[in-house]
Amino acid sequence: MTAIAATALDEKWRRRWSAILEPWIYLSPALLIIATVLIVPLIIGISYSFWKFTAFKSQFAGLDQYRTLLTDEVLHGALVNTAWWTVGSLFFQFFLGLGLALLLNKPFHGRKLVQALVFLPWAVPTFLTGLTWSWLFNPIVGPLPHVFFAIGLQSEPVTILAHPSTAMWGPIIANVWFGIPFFAITLLAARKSIPGELYEAAAIDGASAWQQFTKVTMPFLAPTIAITVMLRTVWIATFADLIYVMTAGGPAGSTNTIATYIYVSAFKALDKGYASAIAVLLLVLLIAYALIVIQMRRVLMKDF
Amino acid sequence: MVGQSKFRRTVNAMGLYGAILAYVAFALFPIYWTVKISVTPENLLYSEGIKLWPTHMTLKNYQTVLRASDFPRYFLNSMIVSIATALIVTAVASLAGYALSRFRFQGKAWVSLVLLLTQTFPLVMVIPPIFRIMGQLGLTDNLYGLIVIYTAFTIAFATFLMQSFFDGVPKDLEEAAMIDGCTRVMALRRIILPLTLPGMGATVAFVFTAAWSELLFALMLINSEDQKTFSVGLLTFIGKFAVDWGQMMAASVMALIPVCIFFAFLQRYLVTGLTAGAVKG
Repeated sequence: MTAIAATALDEKWRRRWSAILEPWIYLSPALLIIATVLIVPLIIGISYSFWKFTAFKSQFAGLDQYRTLLTDEVLHGALVNTAWWTVGSLFFQFFLGLGLALLLNKPFHGRKLVQALVFLPWAVPTFLTGLTWSWLFNPIVGPLPHVFFAIGLQSEPVTILAHPSTAMWGPIIANVWFGIPFFAITLLAARKSIPGELYEAAAIDGASAWQQFTKVTMPFLAPTIAITVMLRTVWIATFADLIYVMTAGGPAGSTNTIATYIYVSAFKALDKGYASAIAVLLLVLLIAYALIVIQMRRVLMKDF
Repeated sequence: MVGQSKFRRTVNAMGLYGAILAYVAFALFPIYWTVKISVTPENLLYSEGIKLWPTHMTLKNYQTVLRASDFPRYFLNSMIVSIATALIVTAVASLAGYALSRFRFQGKAWVSLVLLLTQTFPLVMVIPPIFRIMGQLGLTDNLYGLIVIYTAFTIAFATFLMQSFFDGVPKDLEEAAMIDGCTRVMALRRIILPLTLPGMGATVAFVFTAAWSELLFALMLINSEDQKTFSVGLLTFIGKFAVDWGQMMAASVMALIPVCIFFAFLQRYLVTGLTAGAVKG
């Protein structure tokens, strides 16, 4: 009798321990890779920001490079550009993506084919996206300047990439093209998971299409929207490839974002200490943003 | 009354198809333009630059790229890196996603937060340290280094994806099997795995496309000709031969083919898989 009780107790302990350990065993490969390839380099990267690197030696600089940040005119310009680049790209990606998701949720002929086609831009390598759009904006080999000229957006058919006032729109349009599928896929999935009965009930209560959208669709989509907008904002803000390929930050620094500025500082000017200081600034801004959105999402979720 | 509603339906349908057409045109036109440039003979490249289709067509660019350049090598390298990364990430992210979906444990919220925050790391900041570490491990200038880095950068999002796919499979199914005497591993293999296979397919597609198109790391880490991936290889078209656009676009079109087929095939799993899990967000 006691033996049985003892093994039962033993079994209970074993189970408890395995219940505590089991998830960590499954998580360990992922956490190990992230720790060694991302977190350790990140910490080393942060430490670089306190050192001044020159061609032959490195010396401790303390907070000097952070002080330089405060008076760096190029950086201030890049901050403003980053805000434009991020907000502009995100705004159009999100609303066009939401529109596409709602369209693809309606039944129509050839929907499967359309869905496969409109999601294709996501599969196009960034580098190629940048090159192709540069061509489309080029008046000699691309149609867009002539279209803009014909509809009166431009007074003559020239590339928008060459003028400081319009250059940022080039990478933004390319980025919107590339980014719509991401929002469309995630929002379509979220929209499909809303039970149909809710719409039937709303229709019986006499809700208009607009009311159904604002009172049923949007509240259900809100958690997904919060998380995807957050991830996307961060991805866009740190995304240098497109701008680098299309304008390399020019003309006259008009498309220079923090991400491209870090890249240029680190690999063109070979000042990895200063590049790291700028990167730390960006990192702090993004983490603060991410935490605010997560908190907002938590509050939103509580309402339901 | 009936006539009016019929009229409204027609207008609505026209609006729907118009909007769909606009989206399809916007999505496909740049790809179409790439194809067009790739088949334009060099002497017409600028003179017929803004025509929708050149008066003569040529496949010479494709022949040159396939026979006289290192492109087949780049292509193979990209294939190796992307497939290896996709398989590793999907396996690791499935485990992690399963843990986050099925267990309640202390520190779970922290794990999610850390995963999420890794997405805020500016890539350019970790490149110099990674370059140094990789150099010490002898992983610069070869494909293993790229696989390791791409794995680390895509794992967080892949884990969230897999978590939402697992969330979509009712827990009862697994518990019933375990009551019937299955171990967790058996339940996983016989019940959960078949049901989340589409989700894994979608994760493979997502990671594959991300690895296939990455440029900056590949540019930093790879120097030797025979280790270059295709995005870095494309850049050599700019450097070496004063930009041979036709050849470059031909190479691009060929690089697009596998990834587009792959993605077109798997994107619907991405939607269906996410739909099941989206309720719990």
